[in-house]
Amino acid sequence: MNDTISFKTLQTIGRFGVLLALIALIVFGWLRYDNFLGTYNVLSVLRYNSMFALVALGMCFVIITGGIDLSVGSTAALGSVVAALVSPYGAVPGLLAGVGAGFMIGACNALIITRLNILPFIATLATMLAASGCALLLAGNQSVSVSYESGFTELGQGDFLGFPIPAWMALTAYLLGSLVLNFTAFGRTVLAVGGNEDATRLMGLPAIRVKALVYLASGGLAGLAGVILAAQFGAGQPIEGVGWELFAIAAVVVGGTLLTGGVGSVGSTLAGVLLLGLIFNILNFENGLGWISLSAYWQSVIRGLFLLLVVALQARLTVRTEETA
Amino acid sequence: MAETVTTLPPRPTQEAPRYELKNLLTRYGSWIALALLILVNLAITPNFATWQTLNVNLTQVSAIVIVGVGMTLVIATGGIDLSVGALMAIAGALAPLIFLGKLFPLPSPAIGIALAFVLPVVATALLGWFNGWLITHLRIQPIIATLVLFIAGRGIAQVFTNGNLQVFNLPEFQFIGLGRVFGIPFQAILMAVIVIVAAWMLRRTVFGRQILAVGGNERAARLAGIPVASVKQRVYLISGALSGIAGLIVIARNSAADANLVGLGMELDAIAAVAVGGTLLTGGRATVIGTLVGALIIQLVRYTLLANGVPDAAALVAKAAIIVLAVWLQRQGQR
Repeated sequence: MNDTISFKTLQTIGRFGVLLALIALIVFGWLRYDNFLGTYNVLSVLRYNSMFALVALGMCFVIITGGIDLSVGSTAALGSVVAALVSPYGAVPGLLAGVGAGFMIGACNALIITRLNILPFIATLATMLAASGCALLLAGNQSVSVSYESGFTELGQGDFLGFPIPAWMALTAYLLGSLVLNFTAFGRTVLAVGGNEDATRLMGLPAIRVKALVYLASGGLAGLAGVILAAQFGAGQPIEGVGWELFAIAAVVVGGTLLTGGVGSVGSTLAGVLLLGLIFNILNFENGLGWISLSAYWQSVIRGLFLLLVVALQARLTVRTEETA
Repeated sequence: MAETVTTLPPRPTQEAPRYELKNLLTRYGSWIALALLILVNLAITPNFATWQTLNVNLTQVSAIVIVGVGMTLVIATGGIDLSVGALMAIAGALAPLIFLGKLFPLPSPAIGIALAFVLPVVATALLGWFNGWLITHLRIQPIIATLVLFIAGRGIAQVFTNGNLQVFNLPEFQFIGLGRVFGIPFQAILMAVIVIVAAWMLRRTVFGRQILAVGGNERAARLAGIPVASVKQRVYLISGALSGIAGLIVIARNSAADANLVGLGMELDAIAAVAVGGTLLTGGRATVIGTLVGALIIQLVRYTLLANGVPDAAALVAKAAIIVLAVWLQRQGQR
């Protein structure tokens, strides 16, 4: 009982904390820089970060079940290569092929974790290597140019109703994800599995199937992120995606989702992604002002410090709620 | 780990001998695999049984093993250290800055070289201790606590060097990566010493037993009077220091330090070696020699494939298969 109270408090604080931080950062940027909230900047931030958002959404579900998916980065790379190879046949075949490749890796993860009973950390570490190997083999160790005639690049560079297509995809995925997690039996089982897997199984809920589906979805979303990557930069890139998994984990954690599973929110994961993405954007604007000149290398230092700040705060709060409860 | 008691029907008694054999196979599986790999190579790979092949493989594996030893100790306490690659980059960026005199003026080149060995390793050891401090004092999960330095660490190294490649030619310093003693690469000797000391420590010293006790059951260890926080901090400190040494080896070998590349992906290589070697990832059971064997297996498979004309990318897929197979076999052995 005490545990649930402290988790709930923590979750609320995490959720509002990340939102407050995001708003504070946006207000800071708006006050300090011209054009920060201009259409061009807002849309390009959204366009660029939608791939990370998709990857983080899958990671959010996986982490809520108490697992982890290290393979998302190289799955995205594989997705981008496959999509680029298929892109001459049109946008839709390219999209389907990239997402399909992601699903394949997700299926491997699901099988290894649920059938062979191997820890998610190791299973997805292995598929990460395998996906990266497959991407390099298919691409012949170089980036694969996409077709510019078939309309494939629209998937990354195009707009629909004045809003970038990748951002539409991410937005739809997050809406669906939020609905699924909060209002479906599947979503409740995801939370239950993360809370207590044995109890979930003993209650007759399909714990194994839910776990398998979560890794499958994570793979598919990473594949979709790969499609966007290829379409946005005009090439399938077998060596991209290094470190994406840890960026996604950081975004999920900043969003207040606990790595121990059982608690989590889709919306604050999105806020976490935007927060980490905006840091880079603000750094660019700050350099543009000309007072200081921070190289792009500072962004990872600042992101790391930010993550440290958030987890330290979270840790403080958990300790305090445990003590007072 | 959420593991249920398997509800298999009781085993028929006549199967007992087969079970023994399986037990034997899973227990010494990694040694058998290594032996098989060597035999296969002797049969099919041209020029395998040469001094040069041995040295090539030893130099390629030594950094992974050195980092893997630290990782083994960390995993033995039930933790994980994702920051090792970033710490290698920091050590690799610091050392040239020191011996090239860019950080502070040097009284003499010899002192510069001595400091270039000592200071980077001290720095990474302190950062490792910082990881441990986050984990024990702020009670942050190891994977997140070390993720902080994974993200920030490489950035720190890049900021130090402004992302530039530092090229140097300094035989006295590069001895750690290029030197030979009686024809054996110095880094291989260093690796062997580190492995032996760590294996001895884990088996024979109080500290080693404390590491395993903490990983096996932290609460019980605390109740038994083991200074859990101090044990964990020391383990992460060791992992940091070993990462620093590995970073120095890598830059010495390349005659250049590139903060963007030194140690990239090392955390995963090291974890893979530990897992293949038979250390339990949930903590409480660890083998340093196993990590050495695990790293050698992964390296030899890659070498075998490359020497026989298979592209490097396919070798990655093979590596993935080995990791899954090895961990699965070990699980079979525990049942």
